[in-house]
Amino acid sequence: MADVKKKATRESYGEALAALADKYENLVVLDADLAAATKTGIFKKACPERFFDCGIAEANMMGVAAGLAASGMIPFASSFAMFAAGRAFEIVRNSIGYPGLNVKIGATHAGISVGEDGATHQCNEDIALMRTIPGMTVICPSDDVEAKAAVEAAILHNGPVYMRFGRLAAPILNDPETYKFELGKGITVREGSDITIVATGLMVGEAAEAAEMLAAEGISARVLNIHTIKPLDEELILKAAKETGRIVTVEEHSIIGGLGSAVADCVTENYPVPVTKIGVNDEFGHSGPAVDLLKEFGLCADNIVATVKKVLGK
Amino acid sequence: MDVTIKKQLQKTACNIRMGVLTGTFHAKSGHPGGSLSISDLLTYLYFAKMHVDPKNPNMEDRDRLVLSKGHCAPALYSALAERGFFDKEELTHLRHIGALLQGHPCIHIDGVDMSSGSLGQGISAACGMALAGKLKSAPYHVYTILGDGEIQEGQVWEAAMFAAHYGLDNLTAIVDNNGLQIDGKITDVCSPEPIDEKFRAFGWHVIIMDAHDFDDIERAFNEAESITGKPVAIIQKSTKGKGVSFMENQVSWHGAAPNAEQYEQAMAELRQQLAELEA
Repeated sequence: MADVKKKATRESYGEALAALADKYENLVVLDADLAAATKTGIFKKACPERFFDCGIAEANMMGVAAGLAASGMIPFASSFAMFAAGRAFEIVRNSIGYPGLNVKIGATHAGISVGEDGATHQCNEDIALMRTIPGMTVICPSDDVEAKAAVEAAILHNGPVYMRFGRLAAPILNDPETYKFELGKGITVREGSDITIVATGLMVGEAAEAAEMLAAEGISARVLNIHTIKPLDEELILKAAKETGRIVTVEEHSIIGGLGSAVADCVTENYPVPVTKIGVNDEFGHSGPAVDLLKEFGLCADNIVATVKKVLGK
Repeated sequence: MDVTIKKQLQKTACNIRMGVLTGTFHAKSGHPGGSLSISDLLTYLYFAKMHVDPKNPNMEDRDRLVLSKGHCAPALYSALAERGFFDKEELTHLRHIGALLQGHPCIHIDGVDMSSGSLGQGISAACGMALAGKLKSAPYHVYTILGDGEIQEGQVWEAAMFAAHYGLDNLTAIVDNNGLQIDGKITDVCSPEPIDEKFRAFGWHVIIMDAHDFDDIERAFNEAESITGKPVAIIQKSTKGKGVSFMENQVSWHGAAPNAEQYEQAMAELRQQLAELEA
């Protein structure tokens, strides 16, 4: 996909916030000394009077966000996924989730594609943590177009939202002219009848590429982009289960508790079909270039193709 | 303070204390000790200081209070019931299944401005409310009440740094310095002292206050109101279990409810105090 334009969804996040600053006057952005990396610095430049750096203190930042929301503002609290969902988990749970406050969490640098920083910063647990909080919406956009649309959708949704963005430049697959983001509604990227590949975030592009490769071998794979992991588009997933009989999930996240688990829960309870999960197995990551790590951990089209063929016994 | 007003506040405080006992007695659990040490403070705030309207609990420009030491919900609920936010009868259902009044403050209860109880978190939310007030040029003031054991939580100091950095002079934090926490004396468990110097070092204006003397409480809050450009920390020197002889300064009353006999004795003491004030 050498000719496809690429952009990291964290960049899209910062640009979207800046672009929406005038439209939503209650929009406030908080960061924890990572504005240059989370790209909220783009908002800071556009709207310095509504940007507040909390310093390296994520617990307090989430609490401040809660207080702002309780007083009518729409705060976006940003940090790396490791600190937003990990370190601050209990504050997100008790000060944002329990009172049901209108806080948006913009978590960047999610997953193994953080790269060289290594295991301490590669958060493969955030989707699992956030989806256990009652009332929390969890979004993981796949590209620039989807990420920008998701930011505005989060503003328009009254309630807590966790948004997961990546560090690595992701191929821009969606057309900004025609793309429509609907919270909780998955997108059928490609029709198929032999098997369904359910993907989220950076893995949507890999899944689409895998389906293309599979087609060349005579295998018809449906591809679903599940940008909203909670609430899950159960209707779309069950339709795929019924029509294709087998599901492979792909996510840049632990196979424990993420998209794969959500999909498995859904089909197990409603229409049991075999679900095979591709993700980070029960292990920590390590340092290395993002693209190499993704390959090593099997988060690539080649491994999706191999897994699908294995599932189909081909 | 005007003598008549003071007497009225003392009587109200007695009633609020009786509500604390009624609540924890009927709940068969809860935290009477620390609730009794903040009863005078809550009396002053809800009956002499804060701009609130029980008929319009979500009024935009109301003053706000975040009970960061949320386990002392019985005192907050009792004060709110006394002020008319909900029926006092609710106190007899505290912590029961299906009851309005949860074990720790919940934002969905009229008059409660923030869910709290997991220690160290309320002060951050109070900072956010104060910051929102600044952004909107709103006239309201934000109060938050912390335990002296609670300030062992690191988040409290993250918030303290934030409040000073952004000059939140519409925020007043009151530390209930009764000297006791679950495991014993705060100075034995893991001392947070000197509390005043710590807040001063974090850029706050610090006031020491007698928690059970309405003249001193008024003096402290008047001084707090005159401070601009920085947040104010009031360290209130209090007695855990204040007002009930056998609960005073006893760490065992941190998180234990009175039985029927103890409840009757405590209520009798408070009724006696009320009668003396009315005499």
